[in-house]
Amino acid sequence: MKILELNDITVSFRMYERRFRKRELEVLHRLSLSVREGEIVAVAGSSGSGKSILAHAVLGLLPGNAVLSGEMYYMGNPLGEKDKERLRGREIAFIPQSVDYLDPLMKTGRQVQGTRGTKERQRQLFQEYDLGEEAEELYPFQLSGGMARRALLAAAEMEEARLVVADEPTPGLSREMAREALGHFRALADKGCGVLLISHDIDIALAVADKVAIFYAGTIVETAFAKDFQGEGMLRHPYSKAFFAALPQNGFRPTRGSQPYAGRLPDGCVFADRCPARSELCAGEIPMRPLRGGEVKCVHAT
Amino acid sequence: MPRARFLGKAVFRMLTLLAAVSVLSFILLTLSPVDPMTAYIGSDSTLSQEAREEIAEHWGLNDAPVKRFTAWAGNFLRGDWGSSITYKKPVRDVILERFQYSIALIFLAWALSGVLGYALGMASAAKRGTLIDKAVKTCCLAMQSAPTFWVGLLVLSLFAVKLGWFPIGLAAPMGKTAAEVDVADRIYHMALPALTLSVLGTGKITLYTRQKFIEIQSSNFILYARARGESAWEILLRHGIRNTLLPAVTLQFASFSELFGGIALAETVFSYPGLGSAVTAAGLNADVPLLLGIAVCSALFVFAGNLMANVLYIALDPRIGEDVRHEM
Repeated sequence: MKILELNDITVSFRMYERRFRKRELEVLHRLSLSVREGEIVAVAGSSGSGKSILAHAVLGLLPGNAVLSGEMYYMGNPLGEKDKERLRGREIAFIPQSVDYLDPLMKTGRQVQGTRGTKERQRQLFQEYDLGEEAEELYPFQLSGGMARRALLAAAEMEEARLVVADEPTPGLSREMAREALGHFRALADKGCGVLLISHDIDIALAVADKVAIFYAGTIVETAFAKDFQGEGMLRHPYSKAFFAALPQNGFRPTRGSQPYAGRLPDGCVFADRCPARSELCAGEIPMRPLRGGEVKCVHAT
Repeated sequence: MPRARFLGKAVFRMLTLLAAVSVLSFILLTLSPVDPMTAYIGSDSTLSQEAREEIAEHWGLNDAPVKRFTAWAGNFLRGDWGSSITYKKPVRDVILERFQYSIALIFLAWALSGVLGYALGMASAAKRGTLIDKAVKTCCLAMQSAPTFWVGLLVLSLFAVKLGWFPIGLAAPMGKTAAEVDVADRIYHMALPALTLSVLGTGKITLYTRQKFIEIQSSNFILYARARGESAWEILLRHGIRNTLLPAVTLQFASFSELFGGIALAETVFSYPGLGSAVTAAGLNADVPLLLGIAVCSALFVFAGNLMANVLYIALDPRIGEDVRHEM
């Protein structure tokens, strides 16, 4: 059962340059992705490449000047802005990046309860997440980094969510704490949740995810199984392969050029100008196609 | 003993402030063309030169300024604040009596501008960019730029003269003895001056609250609240008020000084017998003891307002409270 399905999602921002010249800044370009029941899908890509926008698009939290197109489905039904408003905080939970996302003037306990949660449930969750009872009387700034992280996880579980969207949940945590946090995601998935984990840390993503979606230049170029990252030959997209080769443990081999950023996305394949296998076919619109159990956005991949 | 240290510091600051204010006021009065002798006996007095000399000697007018100041300060500390030429009464009695009128007026205007300003500011920010927001903003800018005495005259001519809903002036109906005047009479007479006085503060608090709430609306914790399914109304109640009320209240306490400045004009326009009209009268009549007394009292009053703002912040904001309580 697909909990979340995204087809050709494009997000652009209307911007005004000097003298009211309107410009559309495209941040996400024809992005496709799906998350199944009991599955952790990690979206991995470099910082500042627009991954958080993806999370905001799914939750219906894009700012007013954003234009969203493409298809979104939740449990097989179309997911419109009204549906997002109804579902978020209830069936779709969001785990933000940091303690900044907590109201600085509200005690943690009340905040984790939210508007619909009960004190009993919150106490139970605090126990589960190893947060002492005194933590509920503390203000967010009084929590340690790890405690705040666990409080945010507890908040996501306050209601019976079926989809959890976590935006960079591990930076600032020690290795052990990060592993512990990820363990909670595994537990959530094992309960039948779908988890969309957004991270710039590929090691973290590989440690816990079932599938890894490689995010590059505003789109997802490949969705692979975590185990595909054991060797270069298992990956599908030339970018994924280059990325794999550039990892310190795999030889540290760089690829020339740099990632095109929002507003300067080329037509056709976003990786074409750096790709060794480039041909005329790469100039057209490249659809996402299934390949060896995963998906790839490349006409040459085999 | 953090609390005692905080209190001690506050008292020390207050005493230095009062000393500075009284010295400065004294210097200003000494340098001004005000002549206490003329003010006392009148400019067309036929008093002989010798008699004048004697009075000057008796009052110590020929002494050095420092000696005169220490004499005044000594008496002031002993509770003898001199006597007012204007009201022919001891300064202390005049101030105490008039302070009661003024404090009621200030408090009413303060509460009015605080409540109205805060509500307008929140509404305006919540409906940002709409017609309501634009109207509120325009009104606030107009209100902030309008001089108090002019607003007072407008209010007076509309509500008292044209519509006749409120009395034209004074603090109680004419022809009633003091014993007959009740609270309703007091409020009825206070309404227009309080309204006038509140105009000044309302614009400021509205614009400030509006700005603060707009700022908060784009913060991460509001985004998270939305992600958790809180409605716009729930966000306003749970996070908006919590995060804007304290700065607004603090600003409101800090505006005591402006209110105190405002009463001089508002009370004069409405012939309201408070400290404001007393200070105007004292100025016009060169009533030196009364002017000095009011200067010291108003400094004390403004200091109290600022102190309350600080104490509130420490008591109510957990973030500041923790640091200061450790430090204190």
